[in-house]
Amino acid sequence: MSTFAPMRSLPSFMVCMSALFVLLQVPADAARDNAIVADLSEDRIGISTRFTGADVLLFGATEGHGDVVVVVRSPDSSVIVRRKERVAGIWVNADDLTFDDAPGFYHVASSAPLPDLLPESALKAEEIGVENIEFKPHDFLSAKEETSFRDALIRNKQRSGLYSRSPGEITFQGDRLFRTRVALPSNVPTGNYRVSVHLVEGQQIVATSTTDLSIEKVGFEAKVTEFAFEQAPIYGAIAILIALIAGWFAGIVFRKV
Amino acid sequence: MSIYLPIAEMSVDVFLILLMGGGVGFLSGLFGVGGGFLMTPLLIFIGITPAVAVATEANQIVAASVSGVLAHMRRGNVDFKMGTVLTVGGFAGSGVGVYVFTFLREIGQVDLLVQLSYVVFLGIVGSLMLIESVRAISRHRSGTVSRGKLHQHNWLHGLPFKMRFRRSRLYISALLPLGIGFFVGVLAAIMGVGGGFLMVPAMIYLLGMPTSVVVGTSLFQIIFVTANVTFLQAVNNQTVDVVLALLLLTGAVIGAQLGTKASGKLRGEELRGLLALMVLAVCAKIGFDLVATPDDLFSIDEIEGFGL
Repeated sequence: MSTFAPMRSLPSFMVCMSALFVLLQVPADAARDNAIVADLSEDRIGISTRFTGADVLLFGATEGHGDVVVVVRSPDSSVIVRRKERVAGIWVNADDLTFDDAPGFYHVASSAPLPDLLPESALKAEEIGVENIEFKPHDFLSAKEETSFRDALIRNKQRSGLYSRSPGEITFQGDRLFRTRVALPSNVPTGNYRVSVHLVEGQQIVATSTTDLSIEKVGFEAKVTEFAFEQAPIYGAIAILIALIAGWFAGIVFRKV
Repeated sequence: MSIYLPIAEMSVDVFLILLMGGGVGFLSGLFGVGGGFLMTPLLIFIGITPAVAVATEANQIVAASVSGVLAHMRRGNVDFKMGTVLTVGGFAGSGVGVYVFTFLREIGQVDLLVQLSYVVFLGIVGSLMLIESVRAISRHRSGTVSRGKLHQHNWLHGLPFKMRFRRSRLYISALLPLGIGFFVGVLAAIMGVGGGFLMVPAMIYLLGMPTSVVVGTSLFQIIFVTANVTFLQAVNNQTVDVVLALLLLTGAVIGAQLGTKASGKLRGEELRGLLALMVLAVCAKIGFDLVATPDDLFSIDEIEGFGL
């Protein structure tokens, strides 16, 4: 069974070397698109039995000017937000609102406070920062109602550690090399993540580099899940069989005691 | 040491789960109940979703009950005929219960139903048992021997399809255990419990079975009802986590054996009194959570891509 245990710490000189290596490949007269280059310490996270979350190191280089903003987001899904109301003394789920295009995981990091780097309109357009993620509501509610459901969605995701509470830090080593850590909690959703690294200068995004990060169950975990969903009746029967044997075995063992 | 649960999709501490299994298993062996009414809320408390908790707990109870039944069988304390009739009713009931559960999960009311069922049924059963056992204990202390009728005769004994249950020394309508089995089966599926805490008093007070065979017979029918729930949950909701179930049952089967041994050291009414107190405590906790203002009035639910 192969595991892809994330490396907890990469010696920083290695990071510098690889970033420098990337840099050297960029010709001096490169297009503006090459003004920022970035990569991940690993592009594939395997969720195995011992998975308790992972730290991914994102590192890269600029041409020596500008700030960096990083957005890591998982594939979108539909999320239903429910609001409790007191009915006859007890709390009952009453109203709900479904949002499409809600990322299962969202992380943002920047080398300076976001409001200092980009105007509100740019943050909104690029969906930078949890408050700027564009959720599409299924129903039309008053703006105030919609906002309260939207805030609740973000708040609940933050509580489960899936949306960043405050932007992470990006540190520069020298003028050009930057690095940041992306912490993935153990309940991280699986799928192909998109990592966008923006170079910001003069209140606008001047270049963007994107990479993919794949998070998937591997080995035993993957097999069990696949089995449970694709062979549900057999999976159920085996679950019962295991329980019968375990109970019977315990009964036999304890008779001797 | 932690382990990632493939269906629950979260990482848990192995020893915590083993300990929970062992503790609840001990109580289940002691009182002859599956222990689900304690374990399911505990699982939800540590962060497992109610859907996974209910389905996985059903799977775990299968093992705990098998282990418990073996101990009772050796003492001849299982009425197989009664158990079979109860199982037939329980199969039908648990089938209905799983569909109710699936439906409520879709409309977002499953937590409410689970909590309300807990409060109502634990409350009723706990109070009745407590009153009864306190009376029995005080009667025992005062030394008065009231040798009344074996059981009361009422309209229930006028029902058709009478059957003789030799081991229970009963001659009653088969409709009675069938109905009880069905009703407990529905609740077992919804609450993620075996239903022992309902079945045991129903057998004593409604059917009039002798206390000695009640626990073994209850465990016997729980095996089949919870196996049915496990299967239907696996097929309908894909919420049975075998890894979690295996950890829980490892602790539980050991605990249950110890509990069964310990149960011989206590008198019937004392056991019932203790069980009643525990049932009422769980009922009070869940009831409080229903009434107390939650920290966040909003909750979220992912909508899965596959058909429910």
